[in-house]
Amino acid sequence: MSKPSSSPKTATSRRAFLQGGGLLLGFALFGAGIKPVLAASTAQPVDGDVTAAFAPDAFIRIGTDGLITLILPNIEMGQGTHTGEATLIAEELEVSLDQVKAVDAPPNDKLYATAALGGQATGGSTSMRATWEPLRKAGATARMMLVAAAAAEWSVPVSECVARLGVVSHQPTGRQLAYGALADAAARQPVPAEVKLKDQKDFQLIGKSSRRLDTPGKVNGAVKYGIDIRVPDMKVATVAACPVLGGKLGDVDDKAARAIPGVRDVVRLDNAVAVIGDHFWAAKKGLEALDITWVEGANANLASANIMAALKAASERKKPIMARQEGDVDGRMKAAATKVEATYELPFLAHAPMEPINCVVHVRPDECEIWVGTQVPAIAQGLAAKVTGFPLEKVILHNQLIGGGFGRRLVAESVAQAVAIAKQVSYPVKIIWTREEDIQHDLYRPAYYDRIAAGLGADGLPTVWVDHVAGGSVLGNYIPGGWPEDKLDDDAVEGAAKPPYDLPVIQVDWVREDPPVPITWWRGVGPTHNVFVVESFMDELAHAAGKDPVEYRRALTRNQPRAAGVLELVAEKSGWGTPLAAGMGRGISLHDAFGSYMAAVLEISVSPAGEITLHRAIVAVDCGITINPNTVEAQIEGGLIFGLSAALYSGITFTDGRVDQSNFHDYRILRNNEAPKIEIHHVKSSESPGGIGETATVSAAPALANAIFAATGKRLRTLPFNRDALKTDGTDKKSVSMIPPLAAPLAAALASAKPADTELEKL
Amino acid sequence: MIALNINGEERNVDVPEDMPLLWVLRDVIGLTGTKFGCGIAQCGACTVQLDGRPVRSCVLPVASVGARKVTTIEAIGATPAGKKIQDAWLDLEVIQCGYCQSGQIMSASALLDRNPDPSDRDIDAAMSGNICRCGTYTRIRAAIKQAAKA
Ligand code: FES
Ligand code: FES
Repeated sequence: MSKPSSSPKTATSRRAFLQGGGLLLGFALFGAGIKPVLAASTAQPVDGDVTAAFAPDAFIRIGTDGLITLILPNIEMGQGTHTGEATLIAEELEVSLDQVKAVDAPPNDKLYATAALGGQATGGSTSMRATWEPLRKAGATARMMLVAAAAAEWSVPVSECVARLGVVSHQPTGRQLAYGALADAAARQPVPAEVKLKDQKDFQLIGKSSRRLDTPGKVNGAVKYGIDIRVPDMKVATVAACPVLGGKLGDVDDKAARAIPGVRDVVRLDNAVAVIGDHFWAAKKGLEALDITWVEGANANLASANIMAALKAASERKKPIMARQEGDVDGRMKAAATKVEATYELPFLAHAPMEPINCVVHVRPDECEIWVGTQVPAIAQGLAAKVTGFPLEKVILHNQLIGGGFGRRLVAESVAQAVAIAKQVSYPVKIIWTREEDIQHDLYRPAYYDRIAAGLGADGLPTVWVDHVAGGSVLGNYIPGGWPEDKLDDDAVEGAAKPPYDLPVIQVDWVREDPPVPITWWRGVGPTHNVFVVESFMDELAHAAGKDPVEYRRALTRNQPRAAGVLELVAEKSGWGTPLAAGMGRGISLHDAFGSYMAAVLEISVSPAGEITLHRAIVAVDCGITINPNTVEAQIEGGLIFGLSAALYSGITFTDGRVDQSNFHDYRILRNNEAPKIEIHHVKSSESPGGIGETATVSAAPALANAIFAATGKRLRTLPFNRDALKTDGTDKKSVSMIPPLAAPLAAALASAKPADTELEKL
Repeated sequence: MIALNINGEERNVDVPEDMPLLWVLRDVIGLTGTKFGCGIAQCGACTVQLDGRPVRSCVLPVASVGARKVTTIEAIGATPAGKKIQDAWLDLEVIQCGYCQSGQIMSASALLDRNPDPSDRDIDAAMSGNICRCGTYTRIRAAIKQAAKA
C-alpha cells in the first residue's frame, strides 16, 4: 500500500504544547528499566484527522464502509515501523494486514508521545518497545466493542461470538456481521474496563514475516517522499548557510543571480541565504552566482586537531561525572597482577540519509502549511509556530515518508529555516538542500576521547574495570535551555555503564566537553560509541591474558544468560576457532542495547597494501519476541552495513571552522561490491520485544577492529580505521582500492550522447 | 524548446540546455520517481535509462539526450527485465526507506536486460555505483539472481 502524498488536512489539537522543543529525556532511560507506555492508551478520539463511525481511541478508525484506518504513532523511514505497529493492532483487532490502511499520526504530543522520549518522536529504537502493549490493547479494546455490538444486535451472549478477519460470527448459528456494519453500534458500546491480551501461542501475525505495507509503491516511483511534494504555484529553493559553524550572513550581491533565467527571489536569513527559482536547477545556479560575504565569527580558526586536543585535556584534567562506581576500584587497580590501558578516539559523524533535507512550506497571511518528513512532528510544528508567530493550530503539518533518518530528522532546525525562508514570499516554496549542504550543516554524532583501563587477576580475567568517557552532551545540545553541567547525560555512557559481563568492580564516568559543533543522536546512539571501546578493549584484555576472545567472554558471561546465549550461538555458527587462510581474521563483538542482545563475528582479510575485504558476517540475536522476523533481519543487515561504512570511511573533520567533507566522494558509504555476506541466527525468546533498528550498527566497528587485529596483529583504536597503518608491502602510496567506482555506465552513455565537455570533466 | 522521448511519450520542454535531465523530469515534467541524492554522479539515486543503458541523470545535460529514449522508474515495469526485477524486489523484501531503490531498480533492470544470467562480478560492476544508505545490498544481489531465474 502506498502512502498518500499528503494526509488529510488536520485541525490540530489546542492542547498545551512545549513550544519549539520537546523534552526528549534520552534514549538511555530504557536502559534504566522505565516501562514505556504511550500517552494515549485510553479511548480518546483524535481532533480532526481521520474521521470514521467507530473511533475508539487515537489509533483505530473503522468506517461504515468497512475501511479500517490505523493511525500510527511512529513514522516510517525504512525501518518497517508502520508494518510492525499495524501488526500489533491487527493481531488483537483480528484483521489481516491487507484489510488495513496505515497513516501517520498528525502532530499531537498528547496522543502520540513515546513516553520514554518525552514527546511525539520516533527514535532510539523505541517504537516497537513503546507500542508493544498499548497498540495491542487498543486493538483488543476495539475488537471487544465490535463483538459486544454484534452480540447485542443478535441478543446472544458475547461468549458465543468470535471475531476473525474483520467479521464477527455467532458460532451456534453461523450468523455474521462485518466490522463496517458494526461500526456505528460499536461506537455506542462502553469501553471495556478490562482487556485481556492474547497468549503468545495464539499469535497469528506476530512472529510471522508479513509483507511490508510501504514497499509496493517504492518499486515504481509511485510513493511520494517529502522531496517529491508538488503543490500548485510552488517554487523551488536551495540554500547556503555560513560555511563556518556559527557564522552569519554579511553582504550578498545578487545581481548576477537574478539575471539567471528562472531565478525568482533571493532571501536573506541571519546566517544563510536562499535562492528561489522555477526549478531546483535555476535555484542552484542562482546560488552559485551569488557573491556572498560571510561574517565568520568565533569558529573561524576551528580545526579538528584542536577539538580532539581539548577532549584529551578535559579527559585528563576535568573532574568527571560518575555514571557507575562499584567496589574498591583504586585498591583493586593497585593490587592487579597486570594492568592494561588504552585510549580510543572517535570522530564526528554525519547522518547522510539518501534523501537530502527538504521541506515544502506555504506561509499564508494567517496560517502556515508544511509538508515534511520528520521524526518529531510536534516539535517541528512548534518551531514553525515560533518562526511565524502563529498560534499552534494555525500551523498545519503533513508528515511524509522519509528517505532515511538515522537520527537526522529528530531535529527540526531545517524546518524552522524553511519556514523562515517561505515567510518572506507569498507562494509555496520547496526548500531542498544540496548534498554538500546536507553534509556540511548536519548536527553530528559527537567526537569522543575515551580512556579505559583494567586490572587482571592471576587467571587473566579483569578484577577491576575503569572506563573514562569524554565528549559532548547530546541532550545538552537538544533540550532548549541545555542540560545541567553537573548532571549525567546517560547517552554519553550508554553501552559503557552496564556491559553484559560479570564485572563486579567497575567505574564508568564521563567528562563533559561540549565541542563548538552542533551534535545530535546518530544511529546506535550511545552504544555505537561505547561498545566500540568496550568490545575492542575486551579483545585487548583477552590478548593480554593469552586467551581466545570467545573463551574470554564466555568466562565473563556466566551470570549473563542472554549474552551467553548469543555468544554461544555465534561461536557455533561462525565456526569460531576453525582455521582461516593467511591474511584473514575473525573478530567478535558482544553487547546488549535497546533491550536486545547481539553477538557478531566478522570474517575479513587484509591485503599487503592495507586493503580490507569484508567476507562474511555472522550475527546471533536475541531481541525478545520477534514481531516480524524478516524486518528484524533487514534491520540487522542494514544496520551492520551502516556501522561498517562508518568504521571504514566516515569521519567529519574541520578546517578553519568549515567541514572538510562535502559529498559521497569524500564522505564514503559502503558500496554493493564491498558488502559482506550476512547470516543471521535467532535465539528464541519470550521476553518482550527489544529494539532492533540500531543494534547491528553497534556491533560493526568493534567486530571489525577485532578482526583486523586477528588478521594483522595491529590494534586500531581510532575511527575510521586508517588502512595505511595496515600496509605491509613497504609502499608509501595511499591506499586506493576503496576509491568509489566511477560511474562506468554513465561514462559510456555520455560518450554516446555527446555531452558538453564540461560534463565529461566531472567524470 | 527541447524535444524528449520519455517513457514512450514525446515531450517538449522549455528549459536551459545545461539543465540536468533529473530536474527536467522532477521539476518540469513532474515525474518524481527519479531521485536526487548527490548531484555529482556518485550515488546513482537519479539513474534512468537512455536507450536501455543506465545513466546518472543528475549530470546529464538535457540537451545531450537527443532522440534517445528515456525510460524512468515509472515505466520500467513495462519492460520484461524491469518487471522481473520489481517482482523479485518485493518478493525478497529488498526495500527499506526506498529512496535509493528507483535507481537500484533502473541499474538492475538494465543489467538483466543485457545479461540474463549475471555473475557476482557482473553485479558488482553494474551495481556499485548505486549507494544504499539503508544497506540493502545483500538483498539486492539476491533479488537480481532471483529475477534472472524468473
Ligand atoms: S543524484 Fe545522480 S548520482 Fe547521485
Ligand atoms: S533503501 Fe534506503 S537508501 Fe536504499
